[in-house]
Amino acid sequence: MPKEIQQLDRVIIRFAGDSGDGMQLTGDRFTQETASFGNDLSTLPNFPAEIRAPAGTLPGVSSFQLHFADHDIMTPGDAPDVLVAMNPAALKANLEDLPKGATIIVNTDEFTKRALAKVGYTTNPLEDGSLADYKVSPVPLTSLTVKALESFDISKKDAERAKNMFALGLLSWMYNRPTEGTLKFLQTKFAKKPEIMNANIAAFKAGWNFGETTEDFAVSYEVKPAALPAGRYRNITGNLALSYGLIAASKLSGLPLFLGSYPITPASDILHELSKHKRFGVRTFQAEDEIAGVGAALGASFGGALGVTTTSGPGMALKAETIGLAVMTELPLVIIDVQRGGPSTGLPTKTEQADLLMAMFGRNGESPLPVLAPRSPSDCFAIAIEAVRIATKYRTPVIVLSDGYLANGSEPWRIPELSELPKLEVAFAREPNGENGEFLPYLRDPETLARPWAVPGTPGLEHRVGGIEKSDRTGEISYAPANHDLMVRTRQAKIDGIARDIEPLEVDDPTGDATVLALGWGGTYGSIATAVRQVRRTGAKIAHAHLRHLNPFPANLGEVLKRYERVVVPEINMGQLALLLRGRFLVDVISYTKVRGLPFKSDELAGVFQEVIDRAE
Amino acid sequence: MPSEKNGAVFRGLKLVPRSDTTYKMKDFKSDQEVRWCPGCGDYAILSAFQGFLPELGVPRENIVVISGIGCSSRFPYYLSTYGMHSIHGRAPAIATGLAASRSDLSVWVVTGDGDALSIGGNHLIHAMRRNVNLNILMFNNRIYGLTKGQYSPTSEAGKITKSSPMGSLDNPFNPVALALGAGATFVARTVDSDRKHLTEVLRAAADHPGTSFVEIYQNCPIFNDDAFALVKEPGERDNRVLRLEHGQPLKIGEDRGVVFGEYGRLTVVDLADVSEDQLVVHDAHRADPSYAFALAQLDEPAFEHVPIGVFRDVEAPTYEEAMAEQIEQARATQGEGDLMELLAGSDTWTIK
Repeated sequence: MPKEIQQLDRVIIRFAGDSGDGMQLTGDRFTQETASFGNDLSTLPNFPAEIRAPAGTLPGVSSFQLHFADHDIMTPGDAPDVLVAMNPAALKANLEDLPKGATIIVNTDEFTKRALAKVGYTTNPLEDGSLADYKVSPVPLTSLTVKALESFDISKKDAERAKNMFALGLLSWMYNRPTEGTLKFLQTKFAKKPEIMNANIAAFKAGWNFGETTEDFAVSYEVKPAALPAGRYRNITGNLALSYGLIAASKLSGLPLFLGSYPITPASDILHELSKHKRFGVRTFQAEDEIAGVGAALGASFGGALGVTTTSGPGMALKAETIGLAVMTELPLVIIDVQRGGPSTGLPTKTEQADLLMAMFGRNGESPLPVLAPRSPSDCFAIAIEAVRIATKYRTPVIVLSDGYLANGSEPWRIPELSELPKLEVAFAREPNGENGEFLPYLRDPETLARPWAVPGTPGLEHRVGGIEKSDRTGEISYAPANHDLMVRTRQAKIDGIARDIEPLEVDDPTGDATVLALGWGGTYGSIATAVRQVRRTGAKIAHAHLRHLNPFPANLGEVLKRYERVVVPEINMGQLALLLRGRFLVDVISYTKVRGLPFKSDELAGVFQEVIDRAE
Repeated sequence: MPSEKNGAVFRGLKLVPRSDTTYKMKDFKSDQEVRWCPGCGDYAILSAFQGFLPELGVPRENIVVISGIGCSSRFPYYLSTYGMHSIHGRAPAIATGLAASRSDLSVWVVTGDGDALSIGGNHLIHAMRRNVNLNILMFNNRIYGLTKGQYSPTSEAGKITKSSPMGSLDNPFNPVALALGAGATFVARTVDSDRKHLTEVLRAAADHPGTSFVEIYQNCPIFNDDAFALVKEPGERDNRVLRLEHGQPLKIGEDRGVVFGEYGRLTVVDLADVSEDQLVVHDAHRADPSYAFALAQLDEPAFEHVPIGVFRDVEAPTYEEAMAEQIEQARATQGEGDLMELLAGSDTWTIK
């Protein structure tokens, strides 16, 4: 008898297990299947900084959350509808996030006395009634997998390791996911180990068949494809989108890409990705430290390349002096900071937005530079190109503030056509620019205030740059008081002037008469936008705007702020944008902050917004 | 040793275009007033360097000098080439990025003992192990000059300075031994006041493909005057300096020579006690660095006998050539990158 299929408009699934259980891979595969099915989706990987924390412990739990829907969604979801718990630690670590009535698929094989005791369970939660509020589906995932793989010539350990594929097969059945992609993936991944490949495929199919035949699972679910704007789509993470954006910018500008970088979580994937694309002429240099990473990138920029460095907070601290040199020498440079929890080593694998003030002010002297922040994983592509545009046009270092959530989270991305990408025209200086045929390396373009970019190898334009204050026009060393004052103000004016060359801040205010504005920046876009929708569904009015340019601010920001009675600014820091807004515009914004290493929950933000609206009335 | 490719005189410049112009020394002087203290050894080095540059035979615009911070690091301002006076200790890192992306340039790093060995020690050793095509000129005056007289990483232990009134507690680096330990493929030492020798060493450094590390003993008349008097003054010099010449026996003055001693070390002996054919014949091209390292140890006791010249000069692939090769190889096997194909990847779906 065919089983019943129920229609759902959206589902949030969280896979959780030991960091060695392959939960990230399982989540990635489920995501790919979901993407190719045509749902809108958003993901949240969450893993410990330790590569293999002690097995079965709470700190060792790794999870992957996926939200997919038949309509457009913007966050990985607040609370899972379904938890797949591979062991007691995974259950215990994630239970508090589950709403009552949620489904828990649990690997009963791992619920041994010892494993329970390891995480402090004195009784078995599967038996003591403590899960009565949830729909629990107990499945002996490990033993079923081992049984399904009996005929394979592999060790018991290898057979047990395939249990994540069994779980993936079961969930793929439950949500009617296509399977071709995963089968193809396994064939490629284990091409050199055919026995392991076949075992994983068998485990995956066994999981699917288990769902279809066993009576424990009476119903499967369907989430129809989402009606997204027409086009060709792929799924993409923030780090991948940043990498592609840099390669695209290199192509569009004709400048060879040079990445100087030192491995650091959560930015290393950009180094890994770019090192794969040498055929695009990309040079990646894994430096001896963070300082050498940015130094080499600046050296490459001096030579006319597109110099880029990638890092996270602790690396930013080390790069500060070289970024200051880039400000002084007025050379293009792109610095990507994939923010993580701080201070110091902080929370290497968790997200935070607390490097904004460091990006703005974390250098000696007056050293202004543009700061940008992508608002979603796919926006990382556009922001990388925008950073290159500004850096090359204005001859300035540009900081891009991504974060751990954007870096590893993914969403569908409509692949742009070449014609949709901006033109990046870079003009090197070729001729002397002085009245008497001399070259003046600090003679500025009257509109952009950029100085000429004259690269070694250009005859007649030999000049010296450096960290010591330079004389206006000639670029000679100058300690003259008036010149320093002029140069400090000119460097500031150059950066301020970029405000004329960036898109004005768009405000989402459908009725045009909201009195409260929610204003965010960077990776919180999805949570804030979802919360705003929730609030509007209750009939309340709220406007939303989101900053991608943090320095300079869009030219209309001051006017936007003054339009609203109250401005609420949610941030995953202690109120850094709020501080800037108050200082710059004398507007008493309401700062709402949380620093848990996780994205905001939209439910929580909706509550905050509602409260502000209620108080305003 | 002209290269087939473009007739370059120097092997280290084989990817740099040749110049049609015949330059003179004055062509490399910038219009900036030189501002070192009177009597500073930097003047002699600058003059020798400006005098040498025409020999390179490459366009002036293809020469770049990158420095860090310190007295020596003002060097780029006084040369009419491209240049960057960067930040403390970072010149090798910045130069690495430039050289790795522009093999058509002749890149020189000018640094000092504090800049290169203290704050920038990490970048120095990594540039050398990678064999980036750079010429690193390290002016060693064994003192911090620009900050007015603190002990440096090459100051002798016990040295009394402003920051060590009771004597420095640090043991000094031996820069040549350090460079050899880091795997440098070219290591040499010369002296500011010996223009002829300095120029010969610059010539050898430019000829060497990959990182050339040159220690230049340089006098600081203000904070460490006469630090190298023993290797400079004619009466003393001749009995102390061991001039390294490839293929020639190691001799110090007329009376002493160098033989192999125990455990791989080198020993200085009186020529009265050994015959000349027992002396070690200098071989700068030995792949194994042990001999060069043993030579570097002859510095001690201080200035009793000091080798100058090229300690080591061996051929190895340069970093930028290897980097360019990987790009060519990727293009040969996978074809030129197609942006649209890259963006699409393998898993796409279409919404109509």
